[in-house]
Amino acid sequence: MHPIAERIGSHLPQAFVAEAESFGELTISVRREHILEVCRLLHDDPELSFDLIIDICSVDFPNEPERFEMIYHLCSIDRRQRIRIKARVPEEDCSIDSITPIWKGANFLEREVYDMMGIRFKGHPDLRRILMTEDYDEGFPLRKDFPVEGKGWRDRFEFFPQDEP
Amino acid sequence: MEQQSGEREVPIASGEDAEDDLDDEVGHDPDKKVRRTEDLLLNMGPQHPATHGVLRIILDLEGETIVKATPDLGYLHRGVEKLCENSTYTQIIPLTDRLDYVCAMTNNYAFVRAVEKLLKIAIPERAEYIRTIVAEVQRLAGHLFWLGTQALDIGAMTVFFYTFREREVLLDLFELICGARLTLSYYRIGGVDRDLSREVIERLYKFIESFPGKIHEYNTLLEKNRIWLLRTRNVAVISAEDAINFGLTGPVLRGSGVNYDVRKAEPYGAYDKVEWEVPLGKNGDTYDRYWIRVEEMRQSAKIIKQCLDRLPEGPVIADLPEVVYPPRDKIYEDMESLIHQFMIAARGFDVPAGEVYVGTEAPKGELGFYIHSQGGNKPYRLRIRPPSFIHLGAFDHMARGYMISDVVTIFGTYDVVMGECDR
Repeated sequence: MHPIAERIGSHLPQAFVAEAESFGELTISVRREHILEVCRLLHDDPELSFDLIIDICSVDFPNEPERFEMIYHLCSIDRRQRIRIKARVPEEDCSIDSITPIWKGANFLEREVYDMMGIRFKGHPDLRRILMTEDYDEGFPLRKDFPVEGKGWRDRFEFFPQDEP
Repeated sequence: MEQQSGEREVPIASGEDAEDDLDDEVGHDPDKKVRRTEDLLLNMGPQHPATHGVLRIILDLEGETIVKATPDLGYLHRGVEKLCENSTYTQIIPLTDRLDYVCAMTNNYAFVRAVEKLLKIAIPERAEYIRTIVAEVQRLAGHLFWLGTQALDIGAMTVFFYTFREREVLLDLFELICGARLTLSYYRIGGVDRDLSREVIERLYKFIESFPGKIHEYNTLLEKNRIWLLRTRNVAVISAEDAINFGLTGPVLRGSGVNYDVRKAEPYGAYDKVEWEVPLGKNGDTYDRYWIRVEEMRQSAKIIKQCLDRLPEGPVIADLPEVVYPPRDKIYEDMESLIHQFMIAARGFDVPAGEVYVGTEAPKGELGFYIHSQGGNKPYRLRIRPPSFIHLGAFDHMARGYMISDVVTIFGTYDVVMGECDR
């Protein structure tokens, strides 16, 4: 077991689900209720010191019981170490704690996850759509049940025909 | 321009002229003599000559000082991540060109590295050197573009003409290398598309010889220019802790003194085989970031020269019939090569299941690709980590307290390209 996974396992045993290592990258799955504690541990602990937030994204698995997977990529500048934290979010209660108290850069990233996938973040200071327009009501584009061609939003734009001379 | 809420009632002893004006303005109670100040909400709209691309910034101003700056993104959102879920891996390469359309080579490089990590294939040495050379030439072109536009926005128009003159030479070089000037698609999974010809190498040598003189020319215009110093020193200062907390990378992070460059931390290509340095700033202000990018141009020229000197012989693409097109002459003669070419062109190739994240040092910051594959010829999920998007997250923090004329400077120092920001 990787020392980082051991550390999380010993400090927060209720949060730890699984650990995997592939392509030289460490992936740790945690329970979504404890994501804030896990991230705080990773950020504050002097042994781990994952201070740079790289990315927050989400994947949609429509056939699995817990539909969405939140993926956090972190990096420790001093230790030159990268890590991936995963947490599953079910469709019925589609929300997870926001980690903006720890990393301010998570603000825009979580807004984009909300915009594209529909996962709500509890405690986010300003949760609204960022890439789509704010009143876009046709769903969440990156979900697998959203067609790639879109749902005809642009077909319903008002069309002003030119007057014939 | 809209007048909005944020009123504060300040009772004063007003003179006669002021009374008349106030009556018209206040309207509701002509006996009450108060002067009201309001915050001004100014919309720096999506069409603006100084926001590079389509970006809308909603500025909350108190007089000329910025109280809050909210960027409104999404005008250039094309749904690239959704498109990638429905395209084969080779079809995604032109999509990545159009992300940061100023620096197409580094976008290609970032994506191709991720797929090659999933496939676990080794790249021939000549291909690694060519990739590094071409990526550094692109970094030069990107930083020249940045320098020209930043100086132009601040008011120094001459620098714009000089840097774009150099950029023309580089774009002509790209046309010789791969046929296109801006959206290049030169990289392939397994190497690069075609070899560098003799003419390209000679021209590149000539350019590198003349380049230090050109940088000197830009510096005589800017480096000790009093107006430039006044407009960039101590403007848009960000501390190292804040920069790390916001997730900033690239020259913006190094401007605050943090020594983190992906090319040195996790070397790839030929970066660990040549000697070069990472320039670091001290104060985290605009002048430091300007200086770092100019220094990076010098270091890029150094890397290119060393790579050109050491360029080994060999193939420029890996020898994998499943993934890479066979050579042209064999396709016309050999049945197997014909079948492979057809299968790769029609269907693409299968990539084993797994997930990778690979970060590459683009001129703007760390451009990362996260690919989740479930077997098959198309990625199940492709996530692009855009440095420009994350830098705009720190825009509000960086802009508060400065004047409205600094907005353009602040925006330029981040070196944001909306294609990458919105995808």
